[in-house]
Amino acid sequence: MAVPLKDIEIKEEYPKTLLLEKHIKFIKQYGQSENDFEYGMTDYLRVSGMYWGLTALELVDKLDSLPKEEVIGFIQKCQDPETGGISACIDHDPHLLHTLSAVQILCIYNRIDAIDVEGVIKYVASLQLPDGSFTGDKWGEVDTRFSFCAVATLSLLKRLNAINVDKAVEFVKSCMNFDGGFGSRPKSESHAGLIYCCLGFLSVTGRLDIVEQDTLAWWLCERQLSSGGLNGRPEKLPDVCYSWWVLSSLSIIGRLHWISSETLKRFILACQDTESGGFADRPGDIPDPFHTLFGLAALSLLGFGDIKQVNPTYCMPQYVIDRLQLKPQVLK
Amino acid sequence: MSDSSSEENEDTTWVFYRDRPEWKDIEPLSQDDGVDVPVVEIAYSEKFKDVYDYFRAVVQQNEQSERALQLTEDAVKLNAANYTVWQYRRNILKSLNKDLWEEMKFAEKMINQNPKNYQVWHHRKVLVEELNDASKELYLTEIMLAQDAKNYHAWQHRQWAIKTYKLFDDELNYVDELLIQDIRNNSAWNQRYFVINNTTGFTKEVIEKETDYTLKKIEIAKENESAWNYLRGILLHDERGLSKNTEVSKFCENLYTSGCHSPFLIAMIVDMCDENVSKKHNDPNFSLERALNLCDDLATKYDIIRKKYWEYFANVLKEKAEGKVSP
Repeated sequence: MAVPLKDIEIKEEYPKTLLLEKHIKFIKQYGQSENDFEYGMTDYLRVSGMYWGLTALELVDKLDSLPKEEVIGFIQKCQDPETGGISACIDHDPHLLHTLSAVQILCIYNRIDAIDVEGVIKYVASLQLPDGSFTGDKWGEVDTRFSFCAVATLSLLKRLNAINVDKAVEFVKSCMNFDGGFGSRPKSESHAGLIYCCLGFLSVTGRLDIVEQDTLAWWLCERQLSSGGLNGRPEKLPDVCYSWWVLSSLSIIGRLHWISSETLKRFILACQDTESGGFADRPGDIPDPFHTLFGLAALSLLGFGDIKQVNPTYCMPQYVIDRLQLKPQVLK
Repeated sequence: MSDSSSEENEDTTWVFYRDRPEWKDIEPLSQDDGVDVPVVEIAYSEKFKDVYDYFRAVVQQNEQSERALQLTEDAVKLNAANYTVWQYRRNILKSLNKDLWEEMKFAEKMINQNPKNYQVWHHRKVLVEELNDASKELYLTEIMLAQDAKNYHAWQHRQWAIKTYKLFDDELNYVDELLIQDIRNNSAWNQRYFVINNTTGFTKEVIEKETDYTLKKIEIAKENESAWNYLRGILLHDERGLSKNTEVSKFCENLYTSGCHSPFLIAMIVDMCDENVSKKHNDPNFSLERALNLCDDLATKYDIIRKKYWEYFANVLKEKAEGKVSP
């Protein structure tokens, strides 16, 4: 029975070259339009949004076009003096996602001294549960995303020892499925985004030994569709953000070369918006900073010369990771 | 990103909080966005700004009242992803001792409007825990999965409810229904594994039953990655391994002979060969030579996009056969 797979068609008119200048303009101008209602609603993800835009700009060497001191000042105001956690926006509740984003931004700026580091460490440690897992905030749910955020944050601050790493590994391991992939919790469906979180976690903690390297790499390779794009689960449509999550995962386990990089490049470039700049999830959709960062970062992993080298574990410029003298584990 | 802006235009009877007499005593409080930071500058819609200015003012005074509860409703309707509003709403529900079954209805409505939003599902979970009653969760998730059978949030909630409140009884039937509707629904296949793993486990009888079930599904859609993956999942529990399970190996051979070139089928036969070579069974049907030929077919004809993988795999097989790597 010939049921067509879910995929898209890459049309001839889609862009084929990297529209670098347009992307720079896109990120710099994002959210400055009076009519930009979506952006008005996004204060709840502001700090992460800053990380996406700022990292994207740094990957194309244009970070100096942002007012550094003002960004740092804003982050300082987002730190909750009581818990030590960092929130999405001033006077919002602290959250682990934004705490990581803030620490990533400050590491890029080499200004980690701008916040109360001990407060952040205390906050992250307070979110670990007895089974080793992490919640995203003091009310929130358990999810392997938060395991990654916790160890990524602490390792950037050189304080992984503030938590029970063995227990944390035990929990992530319990979320591994028979296909080699990982889900959000034990026996949840394997999902490329969560696989990235778990591999990132294991890379940071140096425990990639628990991974079924080739079984998982095969599952990840199966995410590539005829269009060249990658999906996040079987029978789902391709999406630029999975270019990053699948590629970074394959990089971490040393199997990046297993996918067809030429067709993937073609797919990613096709997702650029030729008018406004920026990348969308799929060709023709509306671009945003999230997909723009992951589009650029994926192209970096594929060896695009115009883009700085990105570190697959942290999704930050490699030189920053080198400056911090961090050596996240990767498999051969 | 949640999208609640559709209500914006439809809502013609909306009165700004700043124009409501019952809110005259409150001084609205603007969002402090720091100083001018281009990356974070925002253009709020008027309604959004109005609601959130009042919300911030209410939070600052820690007002726990009916009107504040209503305000949080407007605030989450404008942005269901704002976790701070949800938490504040829960505080009010508690201090006013509100009927949480009413709130369950509200949560359901919000889930319906924002099915892929973390916060609405989390709110629902907190309510279920508070009420200690998950009797409506299977129904709710079924409604949501009827709209999108792969919604990760809905599956996560359902798995949590089933596991926490022991609701496994009819779940395999439900999975079966979903697979009849869409045989390629990977989430449903995963759920099948989840149920068995948490109930009977993969006993000899279960392996046999599940193998039968899966092979029948593969016959219907031979290029269905999910079913082939599930088959591998079951066979991991089969002590005989892959090639010595004659039901599976015969099935694969027949399919191959009939002219099927599904990459998943060929990959399975390659793995049978791999097992045979590694364990030195010396079964001529599953020789190294056959495996290498199949890898070549995959790399050049049937799964070209993963050419590099199949070339790598062929090399690993050769090295194994030469004793260079331990099996």
